Amino acid sequence: MIYLKLLLEFFKIGLFAVGGGLATIPFLQELIDKYGWVTPQELVNMIAISESTPGPIGINMATYVGFETAGILGSIVATVGLVTPSVIIIVIIAHYFMRFAEQPIVQAGFYGLRPAVTGLIGAAGFEVAKVSLFKLQKYMATKKILDLLDIKSLILFGILMYATNKFKWHPIIFLIAAGVIGIIFKFG
Amino acid sequence: MKELWELFIVFFRIGAFTFGGGYAMLPIIQKEIVDDKKWATNEEVIDYYAIGQCTPGIIAVNTATFIGYKNKGILGAIFATVGMVFPSLVIIIAIANFFMHFQDNPIVQHAFAGVRLAVVALVVNAVVRMWKTSVKDIVGIIIFGLTFLIIAFTKISPVIVIILSAVLGIVLNLKKATER
Repeated sequence: MIYLKLLLEFFKIGLFAVGGGLATIPFLQELIDKYGWVTPQELVNMIAISESTPGPIGINMATYVGFETAGILGSIVATVGLVTPSVIIIVIIAHYFMRFAEQPIVQAGFYGLRPAVTGLIGAAGFEVAKVSLFKLQKYMATKKILDLLDIKSLILFGILMYATNKFKWHPIIFLIAAGVIGIIFKFG
Repeated sequence: MKELWELFIVFFRIGAFTFGGGYAMLPIIQKEIVDDKKWATNEEVIDYYAIGQCTPGIIAVNTATFIGYKNKGILGAIFATVGMVFPSLVIIIAIANFFMHFQDNPIVQHAFAGVRLAVVALVVNAVVRMWKTSVKDIVGIIIFGLTFLIIAFTKISPVIVIILSAVLGIVLNLKKATER
C-alpha cells in the first residue's frame, strides 16, 4: 500500500529531522536508496524547485516526492505525514510552555536563546545575500574583484533597504515589486 | 469559527509568500502576527523560533502550530498549520504537473533574482528588530556574534548552538541571582 508507506516514511522524517527543511534532505536520500521512488537527479531538481518556490522547503519536498510517487493523493499523504509529528510535539510543548514560561529558569534559558536565534536568522540572511548580491562563480573564474560585485543587484538592494525602512508596507508588496523589476531589467 | 478561519487565512498568506524557508517568513510574521493581529509579541515569536529550531519538524510548521495553539487551542494549531502548508501543496503540484522545466525558464530566473534581493532586505530589517528585543547586554552581543559566525562559516549544527546558548543563559543568570 503505497499511501500508507508514504505516510509512515514521512511521519518518520517529521519526527527525526531536527533543524528545519534542509535537514530533511539526508532522510530523503535514504528513502531513495530504499524504495527508488525518485532518482538522485530528480531529487536535486526538487531541492532547487523547493528553494525557489514559496512555502517551507521541507513541505515542498514532501509534496514533490509524494506527487512523483503516487499523484495528488500521494502528495497530500506525504505532507500530512511530515507535519503530524510537529503538530503533536509542539502542542504538548506549547501547553507546558505557557504554564512554565514565567519560571526563572525558563526565563534564564531564553535570555541566552534569544540572541542566539537572532544570530541564526542573521546567518540565514547572509546565506541568501551571498548568492543574490555577489557573483562568486564569476569571481572564481576571473579573480577580478569587480566581477565579485553585481552592480545591478547592489543598486536594487540599496533601494529596497531604503524603501523597506521608509515605508511600512506589507512585505509581500516588496517581494512582488522586486520580482517584477527582476523581470524587466533581466536580473540574475 | 471566525477566528479559526482568520488563522487559516493569515498563515495561508505567509505560506504563499515565504521564499527560502522558515527564516524568510519572519518579516511577514512580524507584520501580520505581531503588528496587525497582535496574536503574539516580538519576544514570543523569537521564543517559538528557538523552540521550533530544537524540536523535530519544519520550523515554519512548528511556529504556525505554536501561534495557532496559543490563540485557539488544538483546533487553532491545526487550522494555522493547514493554512501554512496549503499553498505549497497547490503550487508544487501545479509545477510538477505543468512546468517540468520551471526553474530553467529565463523569466522565472529573472523574477527570482529580484525576489531574493527583497528577501535579503526584509530579513536584515527583521534581524534589526529582533536585536532590539533580544540583545540586552554584552553577553547578548557575544552570543549573537558567535552564533552568526558559527552558523555562517562552519558546519556545526544549529541545534548544538541553540542548546549551548540556553545552558549559557541559565548558568550566567543563576550565578547573577545567587550573587544578589
